[in-house]
Amino acid sequence: MVEVHVIRKQGHFNIFARFQGASSGVTALYGPSGAGKTSVVNMVAGLMRPDAGRIAINGLCLFDSARRVDLPPEKRRIGYVFQDGRLLPHLSVRSNLTYGMKLTPTGRRFVKFDPVVELLGIGHLLHRRPARLSGGEKQRVAIGRALLTSPAMLLMDEPLASLDSARKAEVLPFITRLCREFAIPILYVSHALDEILNLATHMVIMEEGRVLAAGDLEALLARPEMQTRFGREESGAVIPTVVEEPEDAFGLTWLRFGDHILKVLRLQALRGEPMRVRIPARQVAIALEPPSRTSFQNILPAEIREIVDQEAPFVDVRLDLGTSLWARITRHSFQELNLKVGQSVFALIKSVAVSHASTTDLGESAGG
Amino acid sequence: MEFLRLTQVEVEALSLSLWVSSWAVATSLPLGILTAWVLARLRFPGKNLLDGLVHLPLVLPPVVTGYLLLVALGRNGIIGALLRRYLGIVLAFNWKGAVLAAAVMSFPLLVRAVRLSLEGVDRGLEAAARTLGAGPLRVFFTVTLPLMVPGVITGLILAFARSLGEFGATITFVSNIRGQTQTLPLALYTLTQVPGGEVGAMRLCILSVLIAMAALVCSEILARRFTARLKG
Repeated sequence: MVEVHVIRKQGHFNIFARFQGASSGVTALYGPSGAGKTSVVNMVAGLMRPDAGRIAINGLCLFDSARRVDLPPEKRRIGYVFQDGRLLPHLSVRSNLTYGMKLTPTGRRFVKFDPVVELLGIGHLLHRRPARLSGGEKQRVAIGRALLTSPAMLLMDEPLASLDSARKAEVLPFITRLCREFAIPILYVSHALDEILNLATHMVIMEEGRVLAAGDLEALLARPEMQTRFGREESGAVIPTVVEEPEDAFGLTWLRFGDHILKVLRLQALRGEPMRVRIPARQVAIALEPPSRTSFQNILPAEIREIVDQEAPFVDVRLDLGTSLWARITRHSFQELNLKVGQSVFALIKSVAVSHASTTDLGESAGG
Repeated sequence: MEFLRLTQVEVEALSLSLWVSSWAVATSLPLGILTAWVLARLRFPGKNLLDGLVHLPLVLPPVVTGYLLLVALGRNGIIGALLRRYLGIVLAFNWKGAVLAAAVMSFPLLVRAVRLSLEGVDRGLEAAARTLGAGPLRVFFTVTLPLMVPGVITGLILAFARSLGEFGATITFVSNIRGQTQTLPLALYTLTQVPGGEVGAMRLCILSVLIAMAALVCSEILARRFTARLKG
C-alpha cells in the first residue's frame, strides 16, 4: 500500500493531497499542469519537504511530521524517472546505469543488470555518453537507472512529455513490460489521458493542489461527473477487452468484451492478451435499426441508460452493452430520433476510433 | 646562443617562482572550492562580508595586502607569534611566506572562476543522484565536482598566472632575498636596478611571456578536451 498525505504551502499555492496508491501496478497521478502533481512526487522522493503529513510505502514510513520522521532522498529507496531524464552527462550510459546500483547493498538488489538492459533494449548504447543519445533512448536509460537501484517504488514524472509521438510509442511498451516483469509499484504522473489508459490500474485526479477523486481507473472513468472533467474532446468510455483474433483477412484485430466483438485496425498483440480500449464519445453514433449498407465496422445492440445535456449543440447519451459506452450526438439528431432512456438502439463505432494499449496517441495513429 | 644562457640568479628565480606558484595554487584550491561552494549555495548572515573579504586582495593595493600580512603573520605579528610559539611555523621572510602572499593575492580569481562553474551545475542532476542513493558528500564528489572541472581548470590557470606575477605583497611581506623569496618578477625588478642588468631582465621578460602563454594554451586544451568528453 502506498500512502501519501502531504500538506505544503508554496507562496499562494497550497497543496493538500491525500490518497492511497496500489501496492503493485501503476497508479496514475492525473491533472492539468500546475495542479501540483510534480510537487507531490518530489515530496514522496524527499526532494521537497511537506509542512506536515505522512508518506509510507508498503509499511515503510518515509515521512511523518507527527513522529518527526524525514528520511533523506538517498535513504528512501525510491526510483525517480524525471521528465527531462537527468542522466549524468560526464558518465557513460553504463556508469549511469550502475551509479545507483552500486550504492544498493548487494543483499537488497533484486533487479539485475542484464535483464534490465535487455528489457529496455539499450545494450548497444552502454559505451556512449548521454549527449549522443536520442530523447527516447535517454528516457529508457533513465528508467533503467532508476530500476537498477531495486527501489521499493518507482516515480515517473511525465517521462514521455518531452518526446514526440514516435518516440513515445518507442518508450511506452517498455514501461508496460516493466510493470509486468517487476513487481514494483509505480506512481505515474501525466496529463495525457491516453498514456494513463495504457498503463494504469489506479488513478488519482488532482486539481489546484487537491485530490478530486482517487480509485480504480475504470470505475473512476465511468463516473458521469468525471466525463465532463476530461473536457469535450477527451470524453469517452474505457472498456477492458481481450484479443480474440490478432489479424483477420482484412488486417483488422478482433477484440472481445462480454458477448461483443470490436474490430479495430491491426494491433501488435497476441491472442488472449488483455487490451484496454478507449472509445471517445464523439466517435460513437446511434441508429434505431441496424443499418444494412454502411461502412461502419462495429454495430452493437445497446440500451439507452442516461441522457446528459452538453453545451449546445450536443447531447451525450450513455449506452449499456454490458458495459457503459458514451455517444455524443447533435441535439438535432437527438430530437429527430426521439431518444428516451430505456430505449433499445444500435451503437455505431468506427473501427478507426479505438485506442489501444500499444499506441499512444489515439486520434492520429488509429485514424485513416 | 650566449644570450639565451640563464645565470645562476635567474635559474634560482625561475625555479622558485614555479615552486611558490605551484604551492600557492595547490594549497588554496581546496579552500577556494569550499569558499565558492559556501558563497554559491548557502545563505547566512554576513555572507556579503565574507564575499567582500575574499575579493579584497583584488581591489586593495598589493603593498597594503603585503603590509597587512606582515602585521598579522610576521615574526611578532598577532597570529605569526602564536604560529611560531605553538607550531614552530615561521612565514615571514621565507618561501612559505611567499606562497602565502601569492595564495592570498590569487584567491579571489580562483574563487570567482570556481563559483561561476558551480552556479552553472544543474541542481536537478544532484537531486537525481540523491534519489539514486548517494549522500550529499558523494553527490558533490561524483557529480558536482566533475561537472565543475572546466571552471576549476580556468581558476587554477588564472591563479597560477597571478601567483607568478605576484610582486607588491610578496616584497612587502617577505622581502627580496635571493634563493629564498626572490621570485621571477622580483629578480627582474632587481636586474633593472643594477648597471648591466638589461640583458638578464630581457631574458626573464621573455621567460615570463613564454610561461604565461604555455599556461593559457594548456588551460584551453584541457577545457576543450573536457567539453568534448561531455558531448560524447
